[in-house]
Amino acid sequence: MSGLEARVGTVAPPASRRRPAWHDATVAAVRAETPTARRIILDVPTWPGNDAGQHLDLRLTAEDGYQATRSYSIASSGSGTRVTLAVDRVDDGEVSPFLVDAVEVGDALEVHGPLGGWFVWHPETSSSSASRPVQLIAGGSGIVPLVAMVSAHAEAADPAPFRLLYAVRTPEDVFFRSELADAANAPAPLEVTIVYSRRAPDGSPVPVGRLTRDTLGAAVLPPDAGALVYVCGSTPFVEQVLRWLGELGHDTVEVRAERFGGNG
Amino acid sequence: MATFTRGFGGRRRDEDDRLPPGQTLVRDWPVLSAGDTPDVSPTDWTFSIRTETARHEWTWDEVHALGVEDVTVDIHCVTHWSKLAMPWRGVPLDRLFEQVETSLDFCMVHSVGGYTTNVPLDELLDGQAWIAFEADGAPLEAEHGGPARLLVPHLYFWKSAKWVRGIVMQADDEPGFWENAGYHLHGDPWKEERYW
Repeated sequence: MSGLEARVGTVAPPASRRRPAWHDATVAAVRAETPTARRIILDVPTWPGNDAGQHLDLRLTAEDGYQATRSYSIASSGSGTRVTLAVDRVDDGEVSPFLVDAVEVGDALEVHGPLGGWFVWHPETSSSSASRPVQLIAGGSGIVPLVAMVSAHAEAADPAPFRLLYAVRTPEDVFFRSELADAANAPAPLEVTIVYSRRAPDGSPVPVGRLTRDTLGAAVLPPDAGALVYVCGSTPFVEQVLRWLGELGHDTVEVRAERFGGNG
Repeated sequence: MATFTRGFGGRRRDEDDRLPPGQTLVRDWPVLSAGDTPDVSPTDWTFSIRTETARHEWTWDEVHALGVEDVTVDIHCVTHWSKLAMPWRGVPLDRLFEQVETSLDFCMVHSVGGYTTNVPLDELLDGQAWIAFEADGAPLEAEHGGPARLLVPHLYFWKSAKWVRGIVMQADDEPGFWENAGYHLHGDPWKEERYW
């Protein structure tokens, strides 16, 4: 008979939903995140909260009414009305150079969200599936939604074992360095492996170089761990990681992936 | 009334009346999927339509034999990018539904890997939708849904299911995968039916 019915149901049920809507936002704080990226903390008084891993649409309006909208992952989660983004500059982009170079504390913009019910993680108290081990794999600015998961895990003191494999170019390109260090020292179990493709800090246990299948295999939870796997980064990064995970024996049907298209 | 953002002028490179509201032109073709890219070979691929009474199935060669046509369409992704005047090749769903009898009005489109999306039947007929095998003059790459994906260009592109393998007819317009995750049941880019 048809295989159609057999595979349906392998996808997860929808997460608990907060209805997305447009919200006025004010820039509450900015800081350099990396040489090309900036952390932007928004004050959104009507924000309903968001799950770790969700994203939002951010809209800028010029004085003549011209508008530009882009999607950004959210680095924060929970019920608060402060929303943290980290935006990497796309050099020929329209929105990201403005956000990285020009936007100031007090500036007004609009956000729509929270969005996405698939690339999300819930602490154990709110979801039976979250007691599973979790493997996070990020390339570059793909760390943003995964930092939300790492922080939610640490804040909830969730017992699920977490591992993060993070591929960057140099030590200066690491996003959320202190947040990751704090989370690694928190009671919630987290192991962080950072792979540097061009230059590593002194004493880095992993040799400098692009991520390879062997490095990936050594760093991630084994296939039989039954981990929830989240992969986020540029399209080539995500495609390569998914291919290697499959070759290493992981069931890639359940892997949750988020790819950055990058139109700035 | 919109909130103005101090100092934002915009680049205005995208003013084109073929561009729905909130969309930006891209020249490359971004890849967006929920998870893994499945590896499906044309020799293994089949397409099926299940109705209240029967199940129809076509092989790769049988679908092609129904009549491949060239179409040039604009595509609009809910993540705010659009690609204009893109050449595709595929078989109109009209050709398949000519062989199908059903009184059910709604379709659940299924893909390899468990992905689903819902589309009303009347939005898949009359030259509005294709099973596509080629884009930009070349066979569809796996990351873009190859060997075969649905092409429903008048709706946001998540409705154009990658790695498509069949349709199950149903009485009601029930939400599919992304629709369950908060995306709009219908998805008209000109009405900005992005989320619900």
